[in-house]
Parts: sequence; structure tokens; C-alpha cells
Amino acid sequence: MNGDGPVLEVVDLVKHFPGRSGQGAVHAVDGVSFTIGRGEMLGLVGESGSGKSTIANCVIRLVEPSAGTILLLGTDITHRSRRSMRPLRREMHIVFQDPYSSLDPRMTCGQIVGEPLSVQGIMRGKALEQRVADLFDRVGLRDELRFRYPHELSGGQRQRVGLARALAVEPALLVADEPVSALDVSVQASILNLLRDLQDELGFSCLFITHDLATVEYLCDRVAVMYLGQIVELAQTAELFAAPKHPYTQALLSAAVLPDPVAQRTRTRVVLEGDPPSPVEPPSGCRFRTRCPLEHRSAPESHDVDPPLIDVGRGHLVACHLVGPGRDAPSLLDPAELAR
Amino acid sequence: MSLLEVEDLSVRFDTDDGSVHAVDGLSLVLREGEVLGVVGESGCGKSVSFMALLGLLPETAVVTGRATFAGRELLGASSSELRRIRGREIAIVFQEPMTSLNPSFKIGSQIGEVLRRHLGLSNRAARARTIELLQLVRIPAPERRIDEYPHQLSGGMRQRVMIAMALACDPKILVADEPTTALDVTIQAGILDLMRDIRERLGTAIVLITHNLGVVADIADRVIVMYAGRKAEEAPVHELFASPQHPYTNGLLGAVPRPGPTLERRRLLEIPGRVPSLSEPPVACAFAPRCPRADELSRTAVPDLREVRPEHFVACFHPGPDENLAA
Repeated sequence: MNGDGPVLEVVDLVKHFPGRSGQGAVHAVDGVSFTIGRGEMLGLVGESGSGKSTIANCVIRLVEPSAGTILLLGTDITHRSRRSMRPLRREMHIVFQDPYSSLDPRMTCGQIVGEPLSVQGIMRGKALEQRVADLFDRVGLRDELRFRYPHELSGGQRQRVGLARALAVEPALLVADEPVSALDVSVQASILNLLRDLQDELGFSCLFITHDLATVEYLCDRVAVMYLGQIVELAQTAELFAAPKHPYTQALLSAAVLPDPVAQRTRTRVVLEGDPPSPVEPPSGCRFRTRCPLEHRSAPESHDVDPPLIDVGRGHLVACHLVGPGRDAPSLLDPAELAR
Repeated sequence: MSLLEVEDLSVRFDTDDGSVHAVDGLSLVLREGEVLGVVGESGCGKSVSFMALLGLLPETAVVTGRATFAGRELLGASSSELRRIRGREIAIVFQEPMTSLNPSFKIGSQIGEVLRRHLGLSNRAARARTIELLQLVRIPAPERRIDEYPHQLSGGMRQRVMIAMALACDPKILVADEPTTALDVTIQAGILDLMRDIRERLGTAIVLITHNLGVVADIADRVIVMYAGRKAEEAPVHELFASPQHPYTNGLLGAVPRPGPTLERRRLLEIPGRVPSLSEPPVACAFAPRCPRADELSRTAVPDLREVRPEHFVACFHPGPDENLAA
């Protein structure tokens, strides 16, 4: 294990699911690479079917990758068996989207939170009980809830149980897959605040998966934007939101609705034509070309060549034929550029 | 001119575990051609209210109050009368376009059924009109899509089909219950544009039921905020966002992350506690247990709606914008 290297390193990850009979494979993830440093929060955003949850499932080894490498704290875990994975399990944990189905209904909440500690053989008896009580306190749950079952708790409380369980063994990496999407707005706020406080305090790294751009902007240090199984742009959060380069990122940011009628009604929006193509038959070349408003400017190259994700300066990565170092893609918000 | 007037609507469900007062004394007016946003969190009564008006609730629901639509009383209308109004004059679009369409019929026959049944069109005329409707909701290649089954369409497409079906009889009111919640943002933007377009071209009044303040900010003219079955606040959209009066509205606005380069990102506002159980009719302000402004008065009396500014109503003893929100 290394001291200063990245906590998570994903290299050329590919996951194809076998298709239904007569159909080709589903290209869920197609050559994705990224790293997460110590104490860093990386947001993975994308729309349904972009492959973001498949990446999470590959990282925590719920799904066997088709190709590529996953390194956790410098150790290759890509094809580790369940048994040999076990000592590394305490270094990463996941919080799922649905706090209703991801907690065992037959265990009390205290048992659920304590389970990783006892399974790993870290604690038992009085010490375990004390630790669970501390964790409940830390995530803002009343102590008596330790003896309740998940169905007796609200959605927000259940998600706090999920967080307490995930952080019980102080993992180096927390994978959070849409952890607040199933919750009401006011409850989301308290969970997001809690996640930020815990991260400040415990310093874990986090792979945060969501479709909600505002949440990423609030929480993450860097953001990777996915489209149809690939990362199309990756940058520091502030930079990506201030100056998105990839046409898809531009469209995505402009489509998100702002909770402010003045700003929302005066902004220019890019409405993409059509629907995302099927991941069974992704388009040749650039996958976004079938919906890209700038397609006429990148063709014919975009039909033949899959644009690589390249650094256009200061770690800002973009995969677009129209973008390079010192060369930004035209703004989709400028009608003159679209007509050119 | 008002199209729909609802007065003192209450909905109660009597169950084995006691009663649930889902909606309690809701009054509202929908004007011609306007977009009325109805906002609130799960269980606040926003969907149930409109289901009750359209007679879509199960027998166990006890609905009281008055609702006048174009001179006719909706509550207590016979089921055949309601069937004529539903679909033809008031249409509804639900959240889940996957389950609202019948998977075993082609979309053309599902839209066509509405046209044949309500307008008595022939098969041939219904087909021609269906293609027009699919064009109206901007479905590409409608001549081909009309013969496809729901599973062959994407989620956004299916929602467009639902809207086309809702618009089939040129209704006066379109009730859209979380129409974009199941959709991705880029698809949502298209559906919101479509609804704007429908209002402008056809003059349809739209009731938009949602939990998403961004959607309301985008398209609503007026907004009603509901909490625990009651109206907490009502105002024109710009007024509501610029000067929210109810502490719950303030809480909702502060709870969503705001985009924008803020160096010192402020913490999200949290609303402590949880929604009250609705088993008893309220004897106090329902929000009091979670409210930073609650006092003796709010714990012992139910606040009435008061007009604090023209068109701006709030049900709170201590209304006013929250200083934590001032950006």
C-alpha cells in the first residue's frame, strides 16, 4: 500500500453486459479512466444509462469488469476473489440510493451499523456497542434508534444509518450512489450537510454519483461528466461549472433548472435534439455526434474517430474533436457559432 | 377569468389504523391560460387534491368542499358526468410515463381511443388527428411512431405521447403531476418547452404539481406551497422567490444547492424534524414543531391565510423572509 498515491485509480475500465438474444452486448462502460486522491471528492455525473452506477458497482466489486484495471490504495483489485478481497473491504464502503431496500429488514439499526466492525473482527462486545453508539451520535441519530428496525425509521434516518454503517470501519474510500435522490428536498439538505461535515472530519475520499449537477457543485472537488459509457469531460468543479468545454457539458449545464425565476427565465438554453442512442449500438466515432449541435463542424472526423480524453490545460480533460490545448469548443449559447 | 374555483376542499382517508387528513380546507382559483405551480414534499396533499377534484380517489376517501369548473360542480358529480369532463375538458398527465401507457397497444390506438370515445371520430379521422397530435408534441416521424408500442419509445418520448393524449380533446385544463420527475434534465428541458408552447398556442391552463422549485421557477405564473395538507403560502412566482414569507417556503428555498461560483459556499438550510402525522385535524400550526419562529401562539392556534401583499397569501403568525437566505 502506498502513502501518497491516489486512493482509487481506474484505468481503461470496460463493462459490457451480454445483450438479449439476437442483440449485441450493452456497452455500459467503455474505456473510463480516473483517479481519486486522498480526501478528495470526485463527482460522477451523467444521465440515466450513461454508466455511472456500473462504474460504482465495478469499483466495489459487485460487478466483474470486462477489461481494465482498478487499483485501491495501489493494490490491483480488478479480479480479486471474494476471499482475497476481504482484508481490503474495510478500505471502501458504499451508500446506495434506496435506503428502503439496502438495509436488512431483519436486523436492528444498531446491528446493521455494527456488522462491518464485527465481520472484520475489529471489535466486539462492549467496545462494539460503544462504537455503534458513538456512530449514531455522529450521524445525528437518537440513541434509542439503535434498537429499532429499518422500517420504523424515515427515509432520511435510514440514509443516516447507511452512512454510519459505511463509515464504521473508517474506510479510505466512500462510494455514494445517488444517496439523496430518493429523499425529499428538506431531508436531502441535511444528508448533504452531514456528508460534508463527516468528510471534513474523517478525511475519507469519495466517489459521488449523481444526476444532479447542483449537488455536485455543492459537494465535490472535481467532476467527471459521462455520456453513453464514457467520460467526456473532467475538471475542477469551479472550472467546469464556470467554463464547460464539451458541447454535452454545455448542454447539460444549460438544461438544469435554477430555483430562481429571474435567472431561469433570462438564460439561454440548449435543448438537445432526440434521445441518447442505445448503448447496444453506440454511434461510431464520437458518441455524442448524433445529438451534437456542432456536429457539422466536427464531421467527418467525428464519424470515424473516437475523440480521446486529453488534457487541455491544468488537468482539465475533454474528449471532443473541436477542443484542444488553447482551442475551446464554440459556445452553444452563441447562435452565430451554431450557424457557422 | 377563473376557470376552476375550489373552496374548502378536504380529503380524509378512513383506514383500520384511524383517519388520515390528507387535505384540509384547501381553496384555490385557476385562471384561464395560466400555469399554476403546486409545490410541496411527499404527503403534503398536492396530488391527492387534484385526484379528488377529478374523482380519481378510491371509495375510502371522504371528500368535502366545493369545486366549480365552468359553472358546474365537480365534487358530487355523477361518475358519467365526471368521465365526460375528464379527458375531454380536464386532462391529467402522471409522473410515470412507463406505467401510464398500456404496454400491449400501439400508441396510435391508445390516443385514437380517446378521440373515438370523446369526440366520436371515425378510425380514419382519428388516425389523421393522432398524427397531428404527435407532431404537436414534436415527436419525430409521427407516421412511423403511431404504429409503435410504448416499450419502443424512450421515457421522454412516452411522456410526449401522454401529453399528446391529454391534449387530444383540446382540454381547458391540463393537470401535470410531476411530469418531468422521472426524466433526465436534457429531456426535462424539452418537456418544459413543450408545455410552454402548448399554453401559448392553445391557451390551455396548466396545473403543475411538483416538488422541484426549479421547474416552478421556469414555467409557473403563480405558486401554491403546501404543507401537511394545507396551503402554507401562495404568490405570483417572482414575488414568491424574491420575498418568501412562510418559514417552510424559506426552508425549501434554502435547502437546495444553488449553482454559481461562491467561494465560501454556505451550508444548506436544514428543516429539522419530520412531517407531522395527519391522523388528527390540526389544532396548531402544523409546521410549528419544525419552525425556528414557533412560539406559544403557533403551538395553540391554526394560522389563517392572510394577504400580506396583493395576491400574496401566507398562513403564518410570523411571516417574513429569512435573513439566512439573503444572498
